[in-house]
Amino acid sequence: MFNIERWQEIFEAIRKNKLRTFLTGLSVASGIFILVILLAIGQGMSNGVAKEFEKDATNRISVWTNVTSEEYKGLNPGRIIEMDNRDYEMAVNKNRDKLEYKSGVYSRWGQLTTYKKENGSYRVEGVRGDYQFLENATLVAGRYINQGDLNNFEKVTIIGNQVYLDLFKEGNAIGEYVDIAGIKFKVVGIYSDPGGEREETRLFIPLTTAQRVFNAGDKLRSLAFTLEKQDNYEDALAASEAFSAGLETDLKIAHTISPTDDRAVNVNNTLENAKKFYDLNNMIRWFFWGVGICTIIAGVVGVSNIMLIIVKERTKEIGVRKAIGAQPWSIIGMILHESIFVTAVAGFVGLIFSMLLLQFVGPFIETDYIRNPSVNFSVAITTVIILVVAGAVAGFFPAYRAANIKPIEALRDE
Amino acid sequence: MIEIKNLHKSYHMGKNSLHVLKGINFTVAEGEMVSIMGSSGSGKSTLLNILGILDEADEGSYTLDGTLIKNLNEKVAARYRNKFLGFIFQSFNLINYKSALDNVSMPLYYQGVKRNIRTEKAMHYLEKVGLADWASHLPSELSGGQKQRVAIARALASDPKVLLADEPTGALDTKTSYEVMELIQGINDEGKTILIVTHEDDIAHMTKRIVNLKDGLIIDDSIVNQVRAKTESYV
Repeated sequence: MFNIERWQEIFEAIRKNKLRTFLTGLSVASGIFILVILLAIGQGMSNGVAKEFEKDATNRISVWTNVTSEEYKGLNPGRIIEMDNRDYEMAVNKNRDKLEYKSGVYSRWGQLTTYKKENGSYRVEGVRGDYQFLENATLVAGRYINQGDLNNFEKVTIIGNQVYLDLFKEGNAIGEYVDIAGIKFKVVGIYSDPGGEREETRLFIPLTTAQRVFNAGDKLRSLAFTLEKQDNYEDALAASEAFSAGLETDLKIAHTISPTDDRAVNVNNTLENAKKFYDLNNMIRWFFWGVGICTIIAGVVGVSNIMLIIVKERTKEIGVRKAIGAQPWSIIGMILHESIFVTAVAGFVGLIFSMLLLQFVGPFIETDYIRNPSVNFSVAITTVIILVVAGAVAGFFPAYRAANIKPIEALRDE
Repeated sequence: MIEIKNLHKSYHMGKNSLHVLKGINFTVAEGEMVSIMGSSGSGKSTLLNILGILDEADEGSYTLDGTLIKNLNEKVAARYRNKFLGFIFQSFNLINYKSALDNVSMPLYYQGVKRNIRTEKAMHYLEKVGLADWASHLPSELSGGQKQRVAIARALASDPKVLLADEPTGALDTKTSYEVMELIQGINDEGKTILIVTHEDDIAHMTKRIVNLKDGLIIDDSIVNQVRAKTESYV
């Protein structure tokens, strides 16, 4: 390995065949380049999906209702189903020890909201205190809704960061009054949400207040729950699926809906959705590995081919070396060494180029499903190992052939 | 030094078999200079290959410096070649991207000799063949005669028991041939055993003994009066 003569020989062989070595190297370099880029895109897709699920609590279960699609017990399809406080209480009472956070929601779209001369149209949601955690929201300033607000029908509101920027232009908001649908609400908090702008253009008010000011009685638009944490993912998924199914059945019975009607009651289980996405992601990632490895194999075959030609060209030289006392192993070492060297150098070039590309371009990629494609250190290390192994594999057959050259035949080859 | 008994060798090409050596008995003592002559197809190259441990006989025994050469694996064969034998080829067979000095030091490299000692020894042999000033030149920058002298220096570098030369002057003009033969004679004068395969009469007569091969058998083996390539002895 640290034998000067052998290094000299390798450089000599490379210098004699610059173009050929360059083209071979190119195939390996592009193989590694493609592998790394593919892996990075796989990572980017994971990041994107993770981001997508970050905007709400990852184990959130949401319930909303629609119109019935099936005739049931003499009732026509097309009946509008609306939930109310009794549905919420039934769900809570039945699962008291399983639930972590819970809230009923009464929301209205496009409510004109005014502060001094600024105004905007936002979604207003009446919720309970737990909703902060269900939404995965963080308070930037002030407080969230509390039980006192609910009990006293307080006209207070927690505004999204984007709403704050729209209406208050960085000025003080806490304690100020905004006008929502003609009613004055006191701003008591500002929140931010990992879901970004779309999730931050909302105002939250106490559920009881919302039902009263929007004249909704005890109606609810949706329910949101999270379950207590489980020790592992499988248990959590099972618990959340059982809860979702149970809740759906209960609601269907309470509202006289056909058990087979899949439009009237919708239970959306984030955990289950996440699992689907992560499974898909994993599959895509394995596929990318497969494609990348195949590309490298193509490169390796190229190197192997070139090394075979080199062995062929140097048959006579190898014969001479053997005649003057070269051991078979030293010939094998010579060919393997060159092959590994060419593969490794070319591979590193591909690795560095792809890393540079990811470094400078990666952070700018922020579509919905691909976000900051990058590779981590262990992937880089893996590709380096792949490179060395690939070089050794590429060199093995040519080296084996070289070692089997009979000096007498090589010398006759004039 | 060399002792072969009842040596047989056949080549098989498909169904045909070609019996090349048909029972050769042949002894060379230390310090001898022998030429092996014969027309093409007489088996002289095959004999040299067997003597050079590049090929193995089918039958018979070959003893080199008291060591029986039989059923060797590649590794041992390579070691014996390195230890016992020095090769001189018709087409020189220098490695064309290595300097004269590096070519000469190659057998020492395979012996595992340290780099500085190797260079020193190689330089010594280059001086011996009169090419010290050309040490850093590549083979492509040398004339035919110079190349062959580098090859001779390389053959000597590992201090072998026997020098085997396969048509050493085959690619050279008469004048250069004689210069090379003069050098080889000088080496023989120092006591090295030398075998030369040739088909040129004048070259053969510069050795001390001529062995004539025909159709795989020795038909004549006689001591001759050595003709010196030049009157003054080469040192």
